[in-house]
Amino acid sequence: MTNAAQDANLKTRSFAPRRRAWSRESVERAMNIVSPVALLLVWEFCARAGWIDVRFFPAPSKVFQVMYNLIQNGQLEKHVWASLQRLWWGILFGGFPALILGVAMGMYRTLRVIVEPVIMATYPIPKSAILPLILLIFGLGEASKIVMVATGVFYPILINAMAGVLEINKIYFDVGRNFGASRWQVFRTVALPGAMPLIMTGIKLGVGLGLVLIAIAEMVGAKSGLGYMIWNAWEILSVETMYVGLISIAVLGLIFTLILNELERIIVPWKSSR
Amino acid sequence: MTTTTLTDGAAAANQDTKIRIRGLSKVFHTKSGAFTALDDINLEIPVGCFFMIVGPSGCGKTTLLRILAGLEEHSSGSLEIASPAANRPGNSMVFQGDSLFPWMTVWENAAYGLTMRGLPKSEIKNVVGHYLSRTGLSRFHDYYPHQLSGGMRQRVSIARAFANDPDILLMDEPFSALDEQNKLLLQEELLRIWEETRKTVMFITHSVDEAVTLGDRIMIMTAHPGRSKVLVDVPFERPRRVLELRARPEYGELVYNIWGHLREEVQRARAQDEGRAS
Repeated sequence: MTNAAQDANLKTRSFAPRRRAWSRESVERAMNIVSPVALLLVWEFCARAGWIDVRFFPAPSKVFQVMYNLIQNGQLEKHVWASLQRLWWGILFGGFPALILGVAMGMYRTLRVIVEPVIMATYPIPKSAILPLILLIFGLGEASKIVMVATGVFYPILINAMAGVLEINKIYFDVGRNFGASRWQVFRTVALPGAMPLIMTGIKLGVGLGLVLIAIAEMVGAKSGLGYMIWNAWEILSVETMYVGLISIAVLGLIFTLILNELERIIVPWKSSR
Repeated sequence: MTTTTLTDGAAAANQDTKIRIRGLSKVFHTKSGAFTALDDINLEIPVGCFFMIVGPSGCGKTTLLRILAGLEEHSSGSLEIASPAANRPGNSMVFQGDSLFPWMTVWENAAYGLTMRGLPKSEIKNVVGHYLSRTGLSRFHDYYPHQLSGGMRQRVSIARAFANDPDILLMDEPFSALDEQNKLLLQEELLRIWEETRKTVMFITHSVDEAVTLGDRIMIMTAHPGRSKVLVDVPFERPRRVLELRARPEYGELVYNIWGHLREEVQRARAQDEGRAS
């Protein structure tokens, strides 16, 4: 075999890795936008062609038209703002005690033994089922809505905080003791940060549940909020408004998820770079 | 009867004894009955002594160290530790395996003891800066433990204990998870840092080489239950260079000697394990 022939041989054997015009990642990212838009287009087409009942499934263009009107006259902003405020206070009033109590229960066995049965017994009760009781106790005002959100947020955060502390390797508590940390210092430097990854999971679950509960609470005895808006739309048979309410709640949920993910990256930097 | 006494600092200085242990025992009560981990330990450790404990695994070495650290109570006997100077912690421990807080940076980990004691920021900065540079970690001060190698993590652990400036340093097989090269480098580093202050050290190892390389005195422990089998003095002068020390014939003799004491115990420990397994 001549050298030239060998070279030719080598050339045919060495091939560059096949290049794709689109990387898998960018295709997947594009699908995130393409598939919902495609669904909306199909929906729009079916509504205009009269293939689906527009009394239940109004064309997206009509929904967006109504949404535009509601934004213009400030109605949507008013309702979103009302719901957001209740959510905020509910998350704060439910989440903060849950965080403290959950971490403390993880740290102290005695406290855990006393409180855990109560938590486990009340946890399975559907929070929506206690709405009448809460209305009875707290009345029709803001308090009952805030309490509803708070009960929803309370359990996932407490249970995750406790589990988070129990999962911390014992050696870290030994280090705390050996280096002279007080109880409060152990809480602050060992238990709380050690449980933080699971606490963030609890907060995400809690906020999701809070959205569900605020919608339900506002359907009964409220004069504002997205839940009220949806319920009122049913009463006046404005299906488009109902859809605007649903879309708003979905968008809120999405924004919360994005914010919490970003927050997690900042608060738990030692887990994020994995 | 159990007593843990902190003797008066001045009196202890006269006797030149830092730790005195008399008839100390530790019994764990488990579901399958009482388990004697330590039996009648008697020890006297002078101030500034680099004291090594060698023994087969499961002989209660770690339990003894945890008792000294105050993380465990002894069942009977007495334990006297000369009280530390004012404002100085009694002891700091370098734990076996990963004990750095994953949620703190290298700097925060090394500063932990000082921060807990609420020392002024400027002092913390000086002390931690010193020990991070002595352990070659200055460049990595803002790294998290998971971004470091095992050897580097153990160096932070050592810096954390030294920075706390305790009266007694307790080290529980700090190098056992490291490869041979890293172990050697860290032993040299440890000796260098220790020379600066010459603190009393209680160091646990299962490596005879490590015991002879680092220690002034070695206690060889029996297999379960843990008793003191024999005390050996290490005659080598300080400061020591690890590799040069190991090249000396006396070094080999001493290692061989200690192995003679230890072999029996390791075999007994093995027989116990096999007995339990069958």
